[in-house]
Amino acid sequence: MSDGRSDPLRISFTLNGEPTTVEVSPSERLLDLLRYRLGLTGTKEGCAEGECGACTVYLDGLPVDSCLVPAYQVRGRLVETIESLDPKGMAHYHARGTTQCGACTPGVVMTAEWIVRHPDRLETHTVRELMAGNLCRCTGYDGIIEGVEGALGDREAG
Amino acid sequence: MSVLLPGSLAEALGSLAADPDLVPMAGGTDLLVHWPQRTELHERSYLDLSGVEELRPHRWEADELVLGGLTTYWDIIEDRRAWNELPLLIDAARQVGSVQIQTRGSWAGNIVNASPAADGVPVLMAYDAVVVLDSTRGRSEVPLSGFYSGYKEMRRSPDELVTEIRVPRRAYDVQIFEKVGSRRAQAITKVGVAVTRSDAGWRVVANSVAPFVCRCPAVERILEEGAAVGGPDDLLPGIREDVSPIDDIRSTAEYRENVLARLLYYDLLDLCPSFG
Repeated sequence: MSDGRSDPLRISFTLNGEPTTVEVSPSERLLDLLRYRLGLTGTKEGCAEGECGACTVYLDGLPVDSCLVPAYQVRGRLVETIESLDPKGMAHYHARGTTQCGACTPGVVMTAEWIVRHPDRLETHTVRELMAGNLCRCTGYDGIIEGVEGALGDREAG
Repeated sequence: MSVLLPGSLAEALGSLAADPDLVPMAGGTDLLVHWPQRTELHERSYLDLSGVEELRPHRWEADELVLGGLTTYWDIIEDRRAWNELPLLIDAARQVGSVQIQTRGSWAGNIVNASPAADGVPVLMAYDAVVVLDSTRGRSEVPLSGFYSGYKEMRRSPDELVTEIRVPRRAYDVQIFEKVGSRRAQAITKVGVAVTRSDAGWRVVANSVAPFVCRCPAVERILEEGAAVGGPDDLLPGIREDVSPIDDIRSTAEYRENVLARLLYYDLLDLCPSFG
């Protein structure tokens, strides 16, 4: 393009609490920016069509599939990835066999932790409905649901 | 690929007037599917609306709910007033993809993507929603029920953007939305239907059974006239006048027709004295 609008775009955003400035190509997905250029390989690619949820990150605090987000759309916004979570908070999931092979795990944990942080969502939704955007082929899902419910219970008790 | 990032609606409409080949983009949940493989899409030029903040909010007026051009499914799911007053919006929004899609996908994007299987469109149409289109030439308003004219064909000029969707606030005594897919979440609809009744009469809207989401006037007439319906099959002649389902990867025409008849019959059985 002669007007230069296909040139890389310089964007600034907050990534896991850190101010981040980077040049992105207009066709770059958030998923690829995170994994291949910023080295945050915890976020996984599964289906590339917004079905499996392995690439789930938070955008302004809401879960999104990073395979469907143009990277430039995060300019000025807050992005959080699995690397932002405290590993010590994962005990509930370990204890209940929430994860097995690991492919879906980062996305599952991101959505699970979002539910645990926002228990008010359960006034209108079930855990199962909120988790429906994360596919897992190992656990049969009961382990995931039990892990979330365990974490919710611990949070309530604590 | 090139992209323009307007910061205001005026700027966006100006860009679109200057280059109507620009493809408007909101949340990207349709456009970015299998993006790395769909290299032909990388050659196009996009008008990205994510910076046009004025298009995001929705608002309640005295006689209507006005969705913005960027209002997402999740924005409405978060609005408890919508649960009480226009619950079909919630029923449909909760069945679009999953939370990760609902937080990004927009009602207006669902309308202009023009999929026959769109889940947001039937409920808006059953509520008599009106599509508001703006361009540098001015504003036009098109009832959603008259917006489509063929598969992916619609009354939107290339220089127009959907900036609002106006949903009348009425008292309804029947509000039904049914979606049949392979599973509850993350499924594209095989057959769907939205039904409402208010002072304005019956509305029956079906999706995934025609080239575009459409009202079913013959079925609406059966309901208005109170014609006797003794079983699902009595609805089939009306359904065949209204829709033209096809066999495809997700289902068959016969299945779709019959399921539509059964959904309507059993959902309305207790509500319509003429059903028995």
